[in-house]
Amino acid sequence: MSNTTAPLAAADGGEQSSLRTAALPETDIRDWIALLKPRVMSLVVFTGLIGLLVAPGRLHPVLAFTAVLCIAVAAGACGAINMWYDRDIDAVMHRTRNRPIPAGRIEPGAALGYGVTLAVGSITVMYLAINLAAAVVLALSVAFYVFVYTMWLKRRTPQNIVIGGAAGAFPAVVGWAAVTGSVDLVPLILFAIVFFWTPPHFWSLALFANADYQRAGVPMLPVVAGAKETRRQIVLYTLLLLPLSLTTWWIGFSGPVYGVAAIVLGAGFLFSVLRVARDRQDAAGVSLTGDAPARASFRYSILYLFVLFAALAVDRLVG
Amino acid sequence: MEQDPPRPTPREADEMRRRRRGRNIALFVVLIALAALFYAISIVKLTRSG
Repeated sequence: MSNTTAPLAAADGGEQSSLRTAALPETDIRDWIALLKPRVMSLVVFTGLIGLLVAPGRLHPVLAFTAVLCIAVAAGACGAINMWYDRDIDAVMHRTRNRPIPAGRIEPGAALGYGVTLAVGSITVMYLAINLAAAVVLALSVAFYVFVYTMWLKRRTPQNIVIGGAAGAFPAVVGWAAVTGSVDLVPLILFAIVFFWTPPHFWSLALFANADYQRAGVPMLPVVAGAKETRRQIVLYTLLLLPLSLTTWWIGFSGPVYGVAAIVLGAGFLFSVLRVARDRQDAAGVSLTGDAPARASFRYSILYLFVLFAALAVDRLVG
Repeated sequence: MEQDPPRPTPREADEMRRRRRGRNIALFVVLIALAALFYAISIVKLTRSG
């Protein structure tokens, strides 16, 4: 519990005196939910669920629900620990300064305790209820996100998103491992798809949130290498992603439903990032359109991954 | 000598109680849901191993 609430936590008899010492408002339940980064969690849950659905074999619905819940809670735990660690830069960025910690609604130590407890709890339940392989991959994903991405890379290198993207790529592997108890080629392809999808997705955001990252001193690619180079790399990673997204079709794991969806969605993604590359810009590469193509590309990238993975699941279920 | 923090107004105190109650209810729901989930997991595991 947060220190802001501690003086108010007295038992009935102590309530009056505790209220006298209250200088800050009690935290709202919504703040504790916000610490879990629910929007990020939804994508992670979705990819985890897809890994679980396309894996060969069956998992009892109660256990499947438990596996997805563990993935969701572990992702939320990562969000809370990330907000604890990044509270200094969150406070100077417009996009993040109203988060519960920089806004003073939750104490940093309370957020850390909350995150660590949820992480340990979700990994433990995954091991006890599902299997060791899924628990190990889940633990790896948490460790990667917290130690490699948040603490090591994010503030040190413009490649933070590229390598850190691996953290977001793990859930599909966890879902697969929950069913099969092992990891083989297909979940690694799903991992690679999310891995190569992350840079164009996140750098589109970084283009229109550049001022925020600059102010916070986070070495995102647009801050370090400029908008022009970022646009070039967005196109490059998208070109790598497109053939990769067809791999499950080529190896015969998925059928034409997925293949056609991957081609159509990929063409749309390529179109959207080419619009980013050809955005009207000044000599320094600064957008003259308010980064409208980057905003559109960011939105499309989310749709792309959702529909691509949904197509894979549909293909497997009907095929 | 340390000064007491300002005393909350009645409205602030009501708001604090409302939030505390919201948190307590949420915690209660989470605990009940976890107990139900662990029970269901146990039944599934025991049924399969049996």
